[in-house]
Amino acid sequence: MSEEVRGSISLTIDGVAVTVPQGSTVLQAAERVGVVVPHYCYHPGIPTRPAQCRMCLVEIEGQPKLQPSCVFPAQDGMVVQTDSHEASLARRSVIEFLLLNHPLDCPICDAAGQCMLQDYAFETGQLKSRYAEAKVVLGRDRIAEDILYFGDRCILCTRCVRFMEDVAGDNTLIVAQRGHTAYIDTFPGRDLESEFRGNIVDVCPVGALVHEDFVFKARAWDMDNTPSVCPGCSTGCNIDINVTENQIVRVKPRYNPEVNAYWMCDHGRKHLVMANRGLRTEAPLIRRNGDLEAVGWSEALAWTAERLRAENGGSAVTSAGEACESLFYLRKLLSALSVGSGTFRVTTGEQATLSGFPRLKLRSQRAANVAGAELFGFEEAAELPPGEPGKLLVVMGDRLTEVPEGYGARASFFLYIGSHLSTATGNATAVLPVTTFAEMDGTFVNHEGRLQRFHQALQPPGVARPAWMVIGRILSRLGAADEASDVQSAFDAMASETQPMEGLSWAGLGLKGATLSEAGTPVLAVD
Amino acid sequence: MGYPHSHPLEVNTLLSRHFGEEDARTLEGWLARDGYEALRKALELDPDAITGAVKDSGLRGRGGAGFPTGLKWSFMPNEPDGLHYLCCNADESEPGAFKDREILRWVPHLLIEGCLIAARAIRAEHAYIYVRGEFFPFSRILADAVVEAYEAGYVGEDILGSGWSCDITVHIGAGAYIAGEETGLMSSLMGGRAEPRVKPPFPAQSGIFGRPTTVNNVETLAAIPMILSNGADWYRQWGTEKSPGTKLWCCSGHLTRPGNYELPLGVPLKEIIYDVCGGPRDGKAVKAVIPGGSSTPLLTANELDCPTTYEGMLEAGSALGTASPIVMDEDTNIVRAMRRIAQFYAHESCGQCVQCREGTSWAAKILHRIEVGEGSPSDIDTLYHLCEQLTGRTICPLADSVVFPLRSSLDKFGGEYEALIGNGA
Repeated sequence: MSEEVRGSISLTIDGVAVTVPQGSTVLQAAERVGVVVPHYCYHPGIPTRPAQCRMCLVEIEGQPKLQPSCVFPAQDGMVVQTDSHEASLARRSVIEFLLLNHPLDCPICDAAGQCMLQDYAFETGQLKSRYAEAKVVLGRDRIAEDILYFGDRCILCTRCVRFMEDVAGDNTLIVAQRGHTAYIDTFPGRDLESEFRGNIVDVCPVGALVHEDFVFKARAWDMDNTPSVCPGCSTGCNIDINVTENQIVRVKPRYNPEVNAYWMCDHGRKHLVMANRGLRTEAPLIRRNGDLEAVGWSEALAWTAERLRAENGGSAVTSAGEACESLFYLRKLLSALSVGSGTFRVTTGEQATLSGFPRLKLRSQRAANVAGAELFGFEEAAELPPGEPGKLLVVMGDRLTEVPEGYGARASFFLYIGSHLSTATGNATAVLPVTTFAEMDGTFVNHEGRLQRFHQALQPPGVARPAWMVIGRILSRLGAADEASDVQSAFDAMASETQPMEGLSWAGLGLKGATLSEAGTPVLAVD
Repeated sequence: MGYPHSHPLEVNTLLSRHFGEEDARTLEGWLARDGYEALRKALELDPDAITGAVKDSGLRGRGGAGFPTGLKWSFMPNEPDGLHYLCCNADESEPGAFKDREILRWVPHLLIEGCLIAARAIRAEHAYIYVRGEFFPFSRILADAVVEAYEAGYVGEDILGSGWSCDITVHIGAGAYIAGEETGLMSSLMGGRAEPRVKPPFPAQSGIFGRPTTVNNVETLAAIPMILSNGADWYRQWGTEKSPGTKLWCCSGHLTRPGNYELPLGVPLKEIIYDVCGGPRDGKAVKAVIPGGSSTPLLTANELDCPTTYEGMLEAGSALGTASPIVMDEDTNIVRAMRRIAQFYAHESCGQCVQCREGTSWAAKILHRIEVGEGSPSDIDTLYHLCEQLTGRTICPLADSVVFPLRSSLDKFGGEYEALIGNGA
């Protein structure tokens, strides 16, 4: 293991010796040896630690009382029992207290299955309540335009209040009243409007805060969870996509200290849930006898490749939300057809910064892979290329909204590689249906040059395939490159030919990504 | 004298000497009573000498915990690298206690003088007096006195030409018992909720606005001027080695002469109840006494021979607390009294710690059920369990405060509980 650090302290947790850096708490020291001290109010991403839930009380030799391990500093020679008779009794008692006025509505609670109160209640095994009194009933409230507050489930850990104040820098959320009638509310006359408010739902250890668009929608155990990267802006927050019945029902931030820590913005959440809506391309379409006609992949690819052979020069546009692998293969295709640089357009919006973790911003460039598009030689442009009459026009990913009527109609060949249909796609010579980022594996490069993997969360509609796969197959028919049959080989082909990615592999990239360096050696993230 | 009662034992009224004298509230009246002489003396002493004198006097904090005042002052940094604060705790909220109120009401300049001397000792140049919200008329009296003292140069810039400056701000609370706990008080003073926080850091390390702060009770600070004027030995002629001086007693409940009495520490509790206060009304017998304000263990009629010192009351199984005996005569329903006390603490719990938030109200509900004859035998066990889990588990001692009287009532008057439960069954 690591060598003795200067200023480190050694102590014993449940009989196991551990060495931690000076300034660590007992709870952190316990974590080092794999002992999770149950806790509610403590959250590693929220700086204030009120030690008020009293769940993490542990027995420390020489201390007259049980001590809250979340704030108690680890000291040299300390002997800690996290599970002593007295500590267990105290914890059991906290659970009993928390359940006194709790409605026990797990069967309809969205947190059921992912609830720290439920987990610890089962662990302590108190199946019968000694409480013979009437419960305090607080009911349900809308705490923000899109977030519901179930007061009766709330255990008043105040994580939400402290996230807003300490991390989001917004003191709208408060504890109202006091004692056993206290509840969470917004300050009178103010609304919770922060762009980061959705995180209060994530930090809630129980089912007290729920997004309204998720409420009663899915059970925790019915959802599939896929690690991914948010496509909402160029920050590239690491996320988990929760899917049920092939629908994205919820998105949660996934911890990455280098990018987004424990958080993400609300724009990202909403953007994602909407990501797959719209009129989708489901089958390859080729123009025969003036009309677009649905055909199988083999026919579509052969037909398209055959006609592309005749092309020389033209214009191209991509979306800045396409995977690096797709951009790589598109670049190869454009080179084979002697098409110049190619452009992309980016939607912009107002920037918002998470003041307690300023690295996380909702950035004004609302696309996930602007840096990737630039890496593969595409240039940002305000407008779509008009397309030279009688020349090739290739469009990948851009949804062709707000384009002039008849866009692309005068091209010698208008190749549309995209996931959504629009009026303009009706002018295409061939429409090749591809997946959205949620339906495929791939990588994005964020605003600071971090290459990050995302994974397939949904089944694509019809016969849509990832763009890198589709273009690879055209290239192999043109004899210009080998096709890639899976994302690993697509990535490896890309990395071997793209200097800043040299030496990287799909597996080696892991779930936390690597920073591309101009000098040539990428820096892999450390967990 | 207009003041309600006095008693022959009160031969040496020090704090309460001028209670009842309305003109003592004015600066003129106060100066006529040798007011601000101790301040003049303090201005010539260096801070450590003042702290030394208070240490020697053995004065202990009158807010309930009895921590030695001089020692508390000595925790403040000697070399200030910025502002220090003194905070006078005038949030007197303990049921049964009404001593600080009387000091604010009758001798506000005594408190101001005490604050100034203490501020000088701890190298503070700003003193806050946090007055309980419900004390509205008395905070007005205090505020008027502060204004007068400012105008005459006793407070503010360059006090009495000494070159030393000290401001005093009277801050009125919004009415929360827990604002009497020092960290809760500081949070409230800074505009937050009156919520206690984990110590360390202690106020002397990080208090008001993150600066070193000392929080002292009104009665403690009011004792400072006379200690400085007359010396530690003079002060020690009353009381005992460990509990020197005099103390204001707030006697309430079923007494013939309830009221506020200043007595040397160490007088047997029985004497205070029977001789000073005339015992229970109508010749009734005492059933129980909660000697130190509602948060102390109750004593039965047979346990009243104890000397009223910090150590003597501990030995008797209770605590001196705020020296506020609540006397209950033979007709008292102990369960009802405990229910009322538990309701008070449930109402005043700030709600941070789970045990206190849920446990105090649970205890109050169980006690209510027993009181109205709907108790069940298992309730006694549950109450004992609550006592165990509310002790020493929380950030501040509010939860412990309900346990002290409750557990002692279960121990000493278990029969009353059983009788009521029996009736209900």
